[in-house]
Amino acid sequence: MYYREAGQFKTSYKTDQAILPLREDRIGLMLSLVMAVVVVPLVSNDFVLASIMIPFLILALATIGLNVLTGYAGQLSLGTGAFMGVGAYACYKLTTIFPDVNIIVHILVSGLFAAAVGMIFGLPSLRIKGLYLAVTTLAAQFFLEWCFIRIPWLYNYNASGAIEVPERRGFGDLILTGPAADPLTRYFVVLAIVIVFTLAVKNLVRGRIGRQWMMIRDMDIAAELMGVRPLVAKLSAFAVSSYICGVAGAMFVFFYLGAAEPDAFSITLSFQILFMVILGGLGSLHGSFFGAAFIWCLPIVLRTWLPAIGIDLGAETVFHIAQLVIGALIIFFLIVEPHGLARLWQLAKEKLRVWPFPYG
Amino acid sequence: MELLTGIFVTPFVQMVTLPDFFLQVLWEGFVGGVLYALIALGFVLIFKASGVFNFAQGIMVVFAGLTLVGLHENGVPAYLALILTIGVMGLLAILVERFVMRPLVNQADIILLMATIGLTIFLIGLGEFIFGGEPKQMITEELGLPTGSTAIEIGSDGLLILQHIDIAAAVIAITMVAILGVFFNKTRIGRALRAVADDHQAALSVGISLNQIWAIVWFAAGIVALATGIMWGARSDVSFALEIIALKALPVLILGGFTSIPGAIVGGLIIGIGEKIGEIYWGPLMGGGIESWLAYMIALIFLLFRPQGLFGEKIIERV
Repeated sequence: MYYREAGQFKTSYKTDQAILPLREDRIGLMLSLVMAVVVVPLVSNDFVLASIMIPFLILALATIGLNVLTGYAGQLSLGTGAFMGVGAYACYKLTTIFPDVNIIVHILVSGLFAAAVGMIFGLPSLRIKGLYLAVTTLAAQFFLEWCFIRIPWLYNYNASGAIEVPERRGFGDLILTGPAADPLTRYFVVLAIVIVFTLAVKNLVRGRIGRQWMMIRDMDIAAELMGVRPLVAKLSAFAVSSYICGVAGAMFVFFYLGAAEPDAFSITLSFQILFMVILGGLGSLHGSFFGAAFIWCLPIVLRTWLPAIGIDLGAETVFHIAQLVIGALIIFFLIVEPHGLARLWQLAKEKLRVWPFPYG
Repeated sequence: MELLTGIFVTPFVQMVTLPDFFLQVLWEGFVGGVLYALIALGFVLIFKASGVFNFAQGIMVVFAGLTLVGLHENGVPAYLALILTIGVMGLLAILVERFVMRPLVNQADIILLMATIGLTIFLIGLGEFIFGGEPKQMITEELGLPTGSTAIEIGSDGLLILQHIDIAAAVIAITMVAILGVFFNKTRIGRALRAVADDHQAALSVGISLNQIWAIVWFAAGIVALATGIMWGARSDVSFALEIIALKALPVLILGGFTSIPGAIVGGLIIGIGEKIGEIYWGPLMGGGIESWLAYMIALIFLLFRPQGLFGEKIIERV
């Protein structure tokens, strides 16, 4: 009833090849954009913007990055955290060396460094598959983490061993990064980058290269026989994925954390993002947003609401219980819907299509 | 030039001129390797019987250790605590089989892997909730494990120091592998386990209960985890940091192959010894701390030449 494609005729190639061929989807997208651009900044206070919305968007971008690799190209990676770290450290070095260049340019360029590192660690994927590949990405994770600690040049020989975000201005005299930056400004910058990247990835995965990734994912030997070059397809997946993760990592430090120790890019972050991908749905872009929202917001919600409904246990206990509940929920969701929240969304749409009748 | 000597000459000169130190390093590596092998053994047990890569093995080690120490702290005698902990691991196995494995039968590998990572998070939360987050001292003496050390003289003035607990760890690991070997090859349940590992459907068709078998393997993995927890706890302490160390079982498995028990042992020893020697002799060149990633790099290099692992069968792929 609410979600019918009947009567929507495509009369030109352009409409037929649109990203969202359904009118309802376009309306939905517009509504969520309006929500993100107008409503959220109007109703949210600084806390919600700075510690929920900004990290959610950045992590959603990282999730999209890993989704390109794992969901579309089928290469399991446990090194996402480290690739994000490469982006963050590259951006930090760039902005110390060239302080006058706009920070957003630095963020976009620092992704290239992550892409290069990602391609190097992606090389074994030409011979190694599945869980075996996971181990090589773990090598990347631990090796890079070690580099962040042991190479003082990366953090400008700070005594603390951490990178601290300097104040950078851009677009006139707007403070973009650093402690003095307004959460609203940071939110809009992050939002703009995330929207642009999502659009770019959407077009990438439905184009020639994206189809090659999916062929490699579904059956690599068959794909090779049909003329897809595994070298190009796999390495490009690693490159694009690491680029996006690198950009997300740079934003994670520059727009959210403000200062980061090597710990921030530990294996925990890698797992967190892998969870966002799996729970959101492998090979689904809107699923990436669902997954990121779920994994990021759930602990916050649990931590704030458990005391609010009368269960007051002290901060540490609440933290442990939150973790316990998240673990249980992850298992629960995997059992209920192994294909992730994106599939649940799809099922909901199927239901809406025939509502109020049980069968269409 | 200086770097080249540092890599190719100095370490070997050190090994030859200080043979007792080299033996000490070898021994340390050997003991570390035994512990890796024990963790890997837990992985192999579950992988063999259900094809699930059980990420939670590391946290099961911590959980078993914490339960044991926690019970003892609350006044339960050490041996009773040990028996109770075995009971807890059995209960955990049954619960995991009932609420995680059974509903997820026939799902893709990555989903099952994710479920065990979910289980890991759950167990971390549960463990911290019950026992608190701070590291605990393992009750080594109360369990009757030896604590002293023996010094063996080598040559004129060399000394090799062997901690008794390390010897005990090696002995227990060897015993455990032997028991598991007998269990797998000689008992009725062991045969059923191997049948399930070979082919789920064929095993079902001859009347083997998959659910029962899975609960049993998880229980066996739980007991291996408990032994690992005690040994590792005695060497350092019982803390959640062990969970990261347990990830080292991955390269061990890669080397040994996911389904081979001897492979897990050999892989564990290669990784343990290789990483210790690398850290001691080549580590200082790179600023130290290379232990954190060397194991993965060793595995990576092995994989580049043998993508199926040392003991794995040749992978033949068809379209």
